[in-house]
Amino acid sequence: MAARMTDAVALAAAVPANLGAAPAAMETRALNAYFGSTHAVRDVSLTFPENEVTAIIGPSGCGKSTLLRCLNRMHETVPLARVEGTVLFHGRNIYGAGVDPIALRRHVGMVFQRPTPFPTMSIRDNVAAGLRVQLGERLDRRQVDEVVERALRQAALWDEVKDRLKASATGISGGQQQRLCIARALATAPHVLLLDEPTASLDPLSTQKVEELVYELRSSMTVIIVTHNMQQAARVSDRTVFMLSGEMVEAAPTRAVFTTPSDPRTEAYITGRFG
Amino acid sequence: MTAVGLPTAAVPRRRARGLARRRGTSVVMVALTCAAAALAIVPLVAILAYLLKQGAGALSLEFFTNMPRPVGEAGGGMANAIVGTLILIGIASAVGLPIGIGAGLYLAERGGTKLANLVRFLADVLNGLPSIVMGIFAWQFLVRPIGHFSALAGGAAIGAMMIPLVTRTTEEMVRTVPQSLREAALALGYPRWRTSLQIVLRTALGGIVTGVLVAVARVAGETAPLLFTAFGNQFWSTQVTQPIAALPLQVFVYAISPYDEWHAQAWAGALVLIALVLVISVLARFAVRSRHGRAND
Repeated sequence: MAARMTDAVALAAAVPANLGAAPAAMETRALNAYFGSTHAVRDVSLTFPENEVTAIIGPSGCGKSTLLRCLNRMHETVPLARVEGTVLFHGRNIYGAGVDPIALRRHVGMVFQRPTPFPTMSIRDNVAAGLRVQLGERLDRRQVDEVVERALRQAALWDEVKDRLKASATGISGGQQQRLCIARALATAPHVLLLDEPTASLDPLSTQKVEELVYELRSSMTVIIVTHNMQQAARVSDRTVFMLSGEMVEAAPTRAVFTTPSDPRTEAYITGRFG
Repeated sequence: MTAVGLPTAAVPRRRARGLARRRGTSVVMVALTCAAAALAIVPLVAILAYLLKQGAGALSLEFFTNMPRPVGEAGGGMANAIVGTLILIGIASAVGLPIGIGAGLYLAERGGTKLANLVRFLADVLNGLPSIVMGIFAWQFLVRPIGHFSALAGGAAIGAMMIPLVTRTTEEMVRTVPQSLREAALALGYPRWRTSLQIVLRTALGGIVTGVLVAVARVAGETAPLLFTAFGNQFWSTQVTQPIAALPLQVFVYAISPYDEWHAQAWAGALVLIALVLVISVLARFAVRSRHGRAND
């Protein structure tokens, strides 16, 4: 048993992040993020392999959400926030000259901690919102309907709302609203989906649905999920990144992180000694 | 038995006395707030009742369809003034709403800048400006250069009065839209301007409409700025470049006249003015509600 454990460590160590089976969907190099004088993300270099689920875990305030928000350039929308370093999206630096953050965000979708349906729109229009802003009026009604149905099915919400697509999006439950937001992000078929503690405000049953969804999504896209729930990271992710005080402590296949962490701080965190 | 802390007779009695006193205080305070609320409504009810009593007599279909007639002739109306007031409200809204809502949106979305603070301060100053001053200003810069009174000048004068009202309500309403909604739109690939217009402004629309209605109601009854801008007109005119009749002006002229039948007409005019504002409010609210409920493309 001990020997096998050691093998796993050796295996995890032998496969560097950028030599995994899948090519990188996103990669950060010496990424630093600040809020005014607060240094929230410190020198993080990471690879997010394509069609895998990467979980970012760590105690509150460790910079995991900030790191996530650097990946679709949402960090810079906050006053006084700034970013240094490189983030590659399919090999291209998204902080390079001539990159339009709005265009980037259309390929890198994001879902937040709390459900944020647009209250003035119907369920259908919520799902179609991203589509409409990206493609303008070029889509006809039938095309929109098809995309809306596909996205809602993907988000496991279709059966619950198919009879009230024109009803207000604020009239459904919190768990349904969150899955609606996921459907809204999926409708535009992003390459990467960023989930910022997507189940933090949900009940266990809704959480389970979202987790199943995340697990299934990796066949069609790369998912990066921030969570402070370690069990969740263990359940849904292929790789896990552990962060502490803005630094990336460990990034490895999830099984390795949870069974044989290479850094004592990771071990201390996942065994519940702090955080 | 008392040693183990069972309640003696004295404790419940003291409690009961305290409870009675609190209940008494509560009843008195509820009564006082009720009385204050009632007193607040008294003027409104009194005005409406008196208007109905005085104005209803002169009110008839002819009042809405006929032109003013000379003293002594029966059956005159205020058709021109009713239409004139509607036109003036239209011009004022065309001037005041885009500027007011735009400025309010700017203040709420870019609130921290020096320019924003200046705009906010100026809006407050403008809000406190006596309406007659606004009239003089419009006369100086719109009536004199053009050479004659006009509906445009009148509408612009009261439209300018709407701006600070609309600006501040819009700002307050847009501020109530949660930041998370803006982030959600940005993360979907909405440019900033579309986020502000299509997500934030639409979410705040209900509150903004309420503010707009207050502003419309307030300027619809303004008389002073119209005295030397729209001027009034005894004849039928819908031309915006010409002097135009307005209900408050007509009410003013009739009310200070020495003729009883004109006094009655003034009351009727005041009643119609209030009814007009009420109808506009109801229509606008209805329009917003049906738009919100609709699942549109």
